Amino acid sequence: MSPKIEIRGFNFFYRDFHALIDLDLLIPRNQITALIGPSGCGKSTFLRCLNRMNDTIAGTRADGRILLDGDDIYAPDVDVTGLRQRVGMVFQRPNPFPQSIYDNVAFGPRVLGLASARSLDGIVEESLRGAAVWDDVKHRLHDPAQALNPGQQQRLCIARAIAVKPEVILMDEPCSALDPVATLRVEDLMQSLASDYTIVIVTHNMQQAARVSHQTGFFWLGRLVEFGPTGALFRAPRDPLTEAYITGRRG
Amino acid sequence: MTRQQSHTLAVRAITAVSVLVIVPILLVIGYVVAHGIGTVDWTFLTQPPRDGMRAGGIMPALLGTLVLAAGTAVVTLPAGIGAAIFLAEYAGDNRMTRAVRLAIVNLAGIPSIVYGLFGLGAFVLFLRFGTSIVAGALTLGIMTLPVVISTAEEAIRAVPDQFRTVSLSLGATRWQTIRHHVLPHALPGILTGIILGLGRAAGETAPILFTVAAFYLPELPRSIFDQTMALPYHLYVISTQVPGMPLGMQYGTALVLLLLVLSMTLSATLIRTRMRRRREW
Repeated sequence: MSPKIEIRGFNFFYRDFHALIDLDLLIPRNQITALIGPSGCGKSTFLRCLNRMNDTIAGTRADGRILLDGDDIYAPDVDVTGLRQRVGMVFQRPNPFPQSIYDNVAFGPRVLGLASARSLDGIVEESLRGAAVWDDVKHRLHDPAQALNPGQQQRLCIARAIAVKPEVILMDEPCSALDPVATLRVEDLMQSLASDYTIVIVTHNMQQAARVSHQTGFFWLGRLVEFGPTGALFRAPRDPLTEAYITGRRG
Repeated sequence: MTRQQSHTLAVRAITAVSVLVIVPILLVIGYVVAHGIGTVDWTFLTQPPRDGMRAGGIMPALLGTLVLAAGTAVVTLPAGIGAAIFLAEYAGDNRMTRAVRLAIVNLAGIPSIVYGLFGLGAFVLFLRFGTSIVAGALTLGIMTLPVVISTAEEAIRAVPDQFRTVSLSLGATRWQTIRHHVLPHALPGILTGIILGLGRAAGETAPILFTVAAFYLPELPRSIFDQTMALPYHLYVISTQVPGMPLGMQYGTALVLLLLVLSMTLSATLIRTRMRRRREW
C-alpha cells in the first residue's frame, strides 16, 4: 500500500535556526505513527509542518517536499484551508471553544459548508460517537463544553477534529494533561480510529508510543535518528542514541 | 526617624494624595448638582427654549447631541473596528503598519478645535455638506477613531491564541476564525471603547462649533443635512452670549450634559467588569 504521507529532503527554519534537518520518511496509511524525542528536538515542529500550522508564525521557511497522497502540500497553488481540513489536529491541552458541546463539533462542518442544518445533527452525533464521548454528553449537547472533565474535553476535541472528515489526524501530546484513566480511554480511541484515519502522534511518554503505535520515529536535535516498526525500535534500536534515549540514559 | 517610621509616613502620604484625586470630581459634580437640580424637570427636558433661551427647556439641544452621538458611531464604528482587526490580526510589523500606528497616535493628540477647523474646510466647504449633522458627525467620528481603534485592538489581542489556532486547524479561513472565535470574545472590550469614545464626542464643543451646531433653532432638524442644536454648544452660548441668563438654566444644562456623559462612562465600566467576571478562559 502506498504511504499516506511521504517526506523527502525536508528542512525547516525559524529565521536562522535550522529546526528540521534533511528529513526522509514514509508515514503509512491507516496506522499510528509515534514521534518521540526530548523537548526541543523538532518533533512538534515537524507535526505542525504536516498541516502547515507553522505558516502562522512569522519568519519560518520550509524547503523540500511533503507529499500527501502524492501531492506536494508546500506547492505554491495549495489551498491551505483545504489541506487543514484533510489533516486535522488535536492539541496538548484540551481546548474546546467556550461554547456548547454541540457548537464545538458543529463549527468545522458549518464553516466548511459540509452540512445542511438537518444533517448537521447527524454529523455531530456521528463525530461524538466516533470519539467515544457520545454517551457522556448525549443528554447535554447544549451545555458549555467547559463543564466536561479534561478527559471528556479531549475526546470532544477529537470529535471536533473528525467532524470535518479529515484523512489524517495529528496529535500533539494529546494525553499530557490527562490522568492515567483518561489517558487509557484516549489511547483506546486512537486504536479504533486508526482503521479509518492515518494518525501521527507526538508523545513524551515512551510507554504510550510502545502501546499504541505501529511505527515510531526518534528525533534528536532536528534530525530523524531512527524510524521503523515500533516493536523493533523499542526491542532492538539500531542507533546508540535511540537506545540511550529509550532506556533513559539520554534526554 | 527609623526605617519603620519612614515607611509608615510614606504610605500615609501616598494614601492622602490618592484621596485628593476624588475631591475634584466630587466638588465638580456636587457644585453642578447643587446649582442645577432645581431647574431640571420634565418640562426642561422636553420643551424647546423660549424668551431668547432664558426660559423653557433644552429639548432640541439634548436630542441634537444624541443624534450627533449616533452619527459619530456610524462614522467611527466601521473604520475603527476595521482598522483594529487589520492591526491586530492581519498586519505584520512593517513600514505601512508603523505609519498607521503613528497616524493613530497623532490623531489622538490633535486639539479638538483643529478638528473643528478641519471639518469646516473638508466637510462643510469642500464636500459642500454645509453646516449639517453629516459634517458634524464626520468630524466627531474622525476625532473618536483613535480611542475606538486602540481599545478595540487591545480587546482583540487579549483573545487567547489557542482559539485561533484550533479554528485554523479545522480548515476555517482567517476571516471565519476572526468572525466566529475572536470578535465575539472581543466584543465587550470593543463596546467599552466605543462608548467611552462616544461619551467624549458627546461632550465636545470645538469640533461642532463650525460644522453643525446651531446658535438657536427651536424646531428639530428634518434631515441629516440640517443644522442642529447641541448641548455643549448650547451651554457655551447661554453662558457667554446671552445677557440676563438665569444661573439655573446654565447649571441645569450642565447637569444634563454631565449626567449623559457620566452615564456613558459608567456603562462602559460596567460592561468591562461584567466581561472580566464572565471570562471563560
